[in-house]
Amino acid sequence: MTGTVAALIRKDLQLERRAFESVPAMLMFSISIFVLFHFGLDRGALAGDLAAGVLWVTLLLAAVLGMNRLFVAERDQGGFDGFLMAPVDRTALFVAKAIVLFSFLVAVELVAVPAFVVLLLDPSPGQAMPELLAVLVLADAGIAVVGTLIGALGVQTRARDLIIPLIALPLLVPVVIAAAEATAPLLAAQGAEPFPARWLAVLALYDAVFGLLAYAVFDFLLEE
Amino acid sequence: MAATATAASVPAVALEGVGRAYGERVALRDVSFTLPPGATVAVFGANGAGKTTLLRILAGLLRPHAGRASVLGAELPREAWRARGRIGLLGHEPMLYRDLTVRENLRFHARLHGVPAARAEALTEQVGLAARADDPVRTLSRGMTQRAAICRAVLHSPELLLLDEPLANLDPGGALAVAPLIGRAAGPARVLISHAAEAGLAEADWVLGLRGGRQAIWAPAAQLRLADVRGLYA
Repeated sequence: MTGTVAALIRKDLQLERRAFESVPAMLMFSISIFVLFHFGLDRGALAGDLAAGVLWVTLLLAAVLGMNRLFVAERDQGGFDGFLMAPVDRTALFVAKAIVLFSFLVAVELVAVPAFVVLLLDPSPGQAMPELLAVLVLADAGIAVVGTLIGALGVQTRARDLIIPLIALPLLVPVVIAAAEATAPLLAAQGAEPFPARWLAVLALYDAVFGLLAYAVFDFLLEE
Repeated sequence: MAATATAASVPAVALEGVGRAYGERVALRDVSFTLPPGATVAVFGANGAGKTTLLRILAGLLRPHAGRASVLGAELPREAWRARGRIGLLGHEPMLYRDLTVRENLRFHARLHGVPAARAEALTEQVGLAARADDPVRTLSRGMTQRAAICRAVLHSPELLLLDEPLANLDPGGALAVAPLIGRAAGPARVLISHAAEAGLAEADWVLGLRGGRQAIWAPAAQLRLADVRGLYA
């Protein structure tokens, strides 16, 4: 399965490099939202719960843009048919797409999180960066797993742009709660507070449960 | 005429009362025939007669709603996995990523099918696409795209070829170049959808005529006249 996953990832990254659609859209959306909050909240800077909430809601909504486009080439250009007729494990498509969405999220965050710090945050997370990275990785994994599952489901429908957020956002509420709870102390106004590791455990548990669930049902989603 | 073809070994296709509906609309009804290995059936019928639906059922991409279907000995849809990688489909869509080059597309499909990249290169050369192999598919003419799609369909040397108007958009040189890959001499059993009655009959061992989703003709090609086929479009 590894070779198939690698071929699918390589193909998706080539497509993104050529078409340049998902990552720029997600990034521009994130930065636009940060700018809107910057002016809309009319505050010099954010910290704590509010900062964490703004960061995670923005990243989640940006991720939805990526989910909407994740399977478009497969549906519109016959990729599903080609894949379904090949003698390969179908869950390879799930694994590859989840890795691709995860990598898109990481690429967006490499720019969006520093932009968030500059535009909205005071003080900078500085010392708490390793913990923040851990939260980002675990939350991104959860978003990628659920986003891939819902993306595959939604792309088969005509109202893809409506269906995907309507299903994905409620399912991802636990990720936002856990990620925001874990991030808030790292962004406290008086400097990073003790890190609540239990929220990392919640994120890891969410990733494991939805990862297994998605792995089990993805094959059926590809059926007509 | 009843399905009468028999095969010494496993038939390439065996359908028994196969039907398929999209919601209330019945696209295919009670289609039955047996295609021996290596034989070609030409499928004729007016637009909306159910030809594409039939092809997608045989490719394992659509479930039949009625009857029994088996392809290369694999019962559909239960054993569809047994037929995967043994069928080549050339449909209306080229099944190529428009933003990838011809070479990237073919190498991608080669990896999915476990075929060496050299096979993709050889096919590209054979159909006269070598000079355009590094161009994105979206920049190719329809004829060139069709050549690339044919390479994709035969890349893994399938035992059954499902061809929907394979020569569409090809110039005479293109048709000549792809003939060894998808023509009668290519070897695999073929289900060939065509609107060109004369050419279709010349290519076929058997003829399936569809009218309004129903099987109107199943007969050896040698026993049919052009008028029989043209009657399907009346």
